[in-house]
Amino acid sequence: MARPWRRAAARPAEETAVRPRTAVELVDVSHTYGERTVLRDVSLVLAEHRVGVIGSNGSGKSTFARLLNGLVVPTSGRVLVDGLDTAADLRAVRRRVGFVFQDPDAQIVHPTVAEDVAFGLHNQRVPAAERAERVAEVLARYGLAGHADHPAHLLSGGQKQLLAIAGVLVMRPARVVFDEPTTLLDLANRRRVARVIEELEQDVVVVTHDLDLLTGFDRVLVVEDGRVVADGAPGETVDWYVARMT
Amino acid sequence: MSTLALYSPVPSVLHRTPAGLKLAALAALSVLLFAVPQLPVASIALAAVVVLALAGARLTPRQLLAQLRPVWLWLAGLLVFHAIVTDLATGALAVIRLATLVLAAAVVTATSRVAELVAVIEWVCAPLRLLGVRPARIGLAIAMTLRFIPLIAERAERIREAQAARGATRPLFLSLVPLLVQVLQLAHTTAEALDARGADDEAPPRALWRRG
Ligand SMILES: Nc1ncnc2c1ncn2[C@@H]1O[C@H](COP(=O)(O)OP(=O)(O)OP(=O)(O)O)[C@@H](O)[C@H]1O
Ligand SMILES: [Mg+2]
Repeated sequence: MARPWRRAAARPAEETAVRPRTAVELVDVSHTYGERTVLRDVSLVLAEHRVGVIGSNGSGKSTFARLLNGLVVPTSGRVLVDGLDTAADLRAVRRRVGFVFQDPDAQIVHPTVAEDVAFGLHNQRVPAAERAERVAEVLARYGLAGHADHPAHLLSGGQKQLLAIAGVLVMRPARVVFDEPTTLLDLANRRRVARVIEELEQDVVVVTHDLDLLTGFDRVLVVEDGRVVADGAPGETVDWYVARMT
Repeated sequence: MSTLALYSPVPSVLHRTPAGLKLAALAALSVLLFAVPQLPVASIALAAVVVLALAGARLTPRQLLAQLRPVWLWLAGLLVFHAIVTDLATGALAVIRLATLVLAAAVVTATSRVAELVAVIEWVCAPLRLLGVRPARIGLAIAMTLRFIPLIAERAERIREAQAARGATRPLFLSLVPLLVQVLQLAHTTAEALDARGADDEAPPRALWRRG
């Protein structure tokens, strides 16, 4: 099968002249941890609403995701989020881009549900009244309203991941990056999280091994050994990846 | 269940009492108990705390007993120690005093959200600002401790089970190694999550953080 490859995406340099202000742009990005190079010369413009990232273990997907909100700053090259350089405007980038990790336990930092959701709003100095209102609204949206005062560690795995997502979305980021949000979940909860992602108005980038999650996505990247080796519509890209792995 | 996750969602008079007042009363009670070391005083205090817990905080007797369970051996040991070294009355005083404080602290935690307690602690620590300490950091550290103790206890239990399932008869301390590895991984991701959720944002002028 021919490798799916979108020309426009492969040539961001042409596009930089008319660089969309509402896009994520990677310009010749490489990243090394010590001696080890985990991303090599990645150049991309991501302007789609929903972008998926797949690839084998250790291929560099999480590193790629972390670049998008400045958790990792590239060793060389630049990452621009809506025109902001992650190296220079770190705080502004972090405020624009929410990040959901695989393990909800590591992201929940307060003992009870409502307090944890309020955490990011505290950091943003949102006044108490507005804070309470936004927390209540988000808890209701994710079916956690009845658990507001419950200890977070008594929630089920699926509820914990919804709590972690609520804690990020309550901050109203302009974009959200997910790194394997469904890996630890059962089928019912995977579907729930998939629906949450589907309903988001924000642009999202989702790293996943859960290929079903990518149905309806606008674009999928395949990462292999630190390079983007395929890039296109989910149907062709996912099929190409699956064929390659079997 | 974990004694640290005690918050009782049943509303009560004490839930509506400001956390600062409850903490001040708790402090006053401990000063009283140690300043006036007399059995009748301690007994009355214990009775008062129990009444307050059941009627004021609407806790069940079971919830109260659960609070004493972890310190139960301690209290028994203390009584025996005093009975041998000093006398039974002193032992009784020491035990009643400690039990009173444990229950009083339980009443405070059962009726105050961690956020409220943390806010009081931050307020008390506010003068430390002059020394360059950020009170909000102290508050966050306390909240995170309360959050992670049950989690780490649970992970430790899971490791112990996994080792037992494979017939491990190894000494207990060897299961500390995988636990340590897990805790370090957890800490790494948590540090990233704190960054991603804006924990290190300096207090910017209000207009700056509003998106728009
Ligand atoms: N902080 C770090 N320090 C050193 N090496 C790292 C670090 N983070 C990741 N690596 C290494 O970089 C490589 C790419 O890691 P990355 O986490 O980006 O892969 P991944 O595609 O997300 O894999 P997985 O599917 O297993 O999550 C791996 O070989 C990993 O061991
Ligand atoms: Mg990964």
